[in-house]
Amino acid sequence: MTLASPGAASQDAASQVAGSERPDTPGAGREPGARATSRGPWVTALRKLLQDRAAVASLAALVLIVLCTLAAPLYATRVSETDPFTSNLSGSVVVDGETVDVIQADTGGLGLGTTPIGPTWTGHYFMGADGQGRDVMARLLYGGQNSLVIAGGATVITLVAAAVVGIVAGFFGGIVDAVLSRLLDVLWAFPVYLLAISLSIVTIGRGLVLGPVTISSSSLLLPIVIIGIIYVPYVARPIRGQVLQLKRSEFVLAATGLGVPRHRILVTDILPNVATTLIVFAPLMMALNMITESALSFLSIGVQSPAASWGTIIEDGQGLLYTRPWVAIAPGIAIVLTVLALNVLGDGVRDALDPKAKLRVRKGR
Amino acid sequence: MIRVVLARLGQMAFVMAGISILVFLIFFATPGTDPAARIAGRNAAPEVLAAVRHDFGFDQPLAVQYVLLMKRLFVTGDLTSFVNRGQKVVPSILQAVPVTMSLVVGAALVWVVASVAVGTLACVWRGTVVDKALMILGLIGISMPVFWVGEVANLITQSRYHDTWLFSWVPGLGYVPLTQDPVGWFKALVIPWVALAILFVGLYGRVLRASLVEAYGEDFIRTARAKGLGEGRILFRHALRTSMVTFVSMFGLDFGLLVGGGALLTEVVFGLQGVGYLTYNALQNLDLPVIMATVMYASFFVVASNAAVDLIYAALDPRVRLARA
Repeated sequence: MTLASPGAASQDAASQVAGSERPDTPGAGREPGARATSRGPWVTALRKLLQDRAAVASLAALVLIVLCTLAAPLYATRVSETDPFTSNLSGSVVVDGETVDVIQADTGGLGLGTTPIGPTWTGHYFMGADGQGRDVMARLLYGGQNSLVIAGGATVITLVAAAVVGIVAGFFGGIVDAVLSRLLDVLWAFPVYLLAISLSIVTIGRGLVLGPVTISSSSLLLPIVIIGIIYVPYVARPIRGQVLQLKRSEFVLAATGLGVPRHRILVTDILPNVATTLIVFAPLMMALNMITESALSFLSIGVQSPAASWGTIIEDGQGLLYTRPWVAIAPGIAIVLTVLALNVLGDGVRDALDPKAKLRVRKGR
Repeated sequence: MIRVVLARLGQMAFVMAGISILVFLIFFATPGTDPAARIAGRNAAPEVLAAVRHDFGFDQPLAVQYVLLMKRLFVTGDLTSFVNRGQKVVPSILQAVPVTMSLVVGAALVWVVASVAVGTLACVWRGTVVDKALMILGLIGISMPVFWVGEVANLITQSRYHDTWLFSWVPGLGYVPLTQDPVGWFKALVIPWVALAILFVGLYGRVLRASLVEAYGEDFIRTARAKGLGEGRILFRHALRTSMVTFVSMFGLDFGLLVGGGALLTEVVFGLQGVGYLTYNALQNLDLPVIMATVMYASFFVVASNAAVDLIYAALDPRVRLARA
């Protein structure tokens, strides 16, 4: 729902800009002498993206976040010096020359409960411990790896599946289109979170057994596949629409008239245009997937303990919210920063690749 | 026109039937899942398991089970929960509806007012710092997971700053019926409203700004200026009105989704026992009759709001109307 359909109208807008030759396809620059300054649309788009300071900054932030999460093993062994995946209920740590228990008995109330150590703001237990006595900072870095892998993997699945479904439905039409479109209608009307939760709950108990293939319930593949599937209609429907529009466009009609075989039209005219749309969708879908993954993990049906993701850590911190709020706050900040960077980058990519946006800005002034 | 409406109703019925079959297959035909095992407990003896299976009708063919379930849901209406036997499903949904309605209607009011303000101000001051700041804030709003916003809100209002003058009025988590105590109802819901609305304020504010800016580039605005109309009149009567088409259709879809239980995460975080909460509990217990009923309920609102938006669209935009005919 957060996505407009970029690129849907790019065709007519592009043809106004570039004249009548095949617009925004990488092959468009092949005609000799068409335009003296022609560098190809991909290069032009990339240059435009690199001039967008917000997009470049968010790209840099994303790279930094990825590098930080990749450094998780280093952090766990050199800085925090604990294993963030095993509980440490009876351990102690030295803070400012004093030995402090990681899990401390409550002093107030009945004195029956325990509270994990709070942030020390030094190497060991930088952000304190969770209820199991595990180092939150180290878990945050490891959890980031999982969150990013799931969001990225699900994005790839969504885009590939949506491209196949959208192109097949739009290009071949007829009964194939009718069946696929009805299927998409059903999936589209199924509230995404309910679908994701249903699929997760069914598979999380015992994993998924599909004939010879068994995916264990602790595997990251489960959330990746589930999140990847639920958003397919979001991308497949605009792509189908775009393919339908491309089929009616003059350059495809011309190619058909010249006797170019259908499979060549598909490869040289349809695919490059669809690829543009997919690239525009990619960062925005990844942002959406990231939020969805955190929600599933928060409901304890995403990444399973002792493994972590940012959503799982928020869930771990829910019971400690009023005593040790950092456990829940820190992963939330990590999610917001990452998703924000992805959204800004997505805006930049759309502006760079989608000529409609270019025209709109010019009109607006 | 009648044919169009009938076709649309047929399509709605088809989509809902498709969803019901999908739900049924997910919970009954996924390899490795056995509702009887869930009901009987983890280490149930084989005899117990068989008894449960027979008792709940799991030993019948899938198609028969599906038809029976649908009949008890829609025809006789006496579908009961698998987990709390005797708990009727339809009444428990109806009981949860006022909670969800209170949450969603209030949040919708907040987000419509706030996003129109944000979008209009950003457009009026486009290119300035105000515009940039509002758009960045909007983007941050879109980027925050709602359950985390809820937790932070709880932390601030229930714990850290609860004893200050600012938040001492905030009651404990939970729902207060409107008919019992209107003031208490408002106090209990105002923070959930804001938390739920934040995402939509960001989203709608950004979309509205974009379509307003686009509208200002159109010929009819130039015409209005040429006629000597004041800026205020141009903004409210011309630009904002055309931009509302997108706004209204987005609103219809999101509102339908939320009323159907899409506010599940907000309800869970704030302990509001609405439809989403009911669905979530049922999903955790694999309480299939309740799941089936709540998913049907949810998809009805999604499908109905889709249809309503299409009709409104046709009514507002003559091009769509003519293309259909």
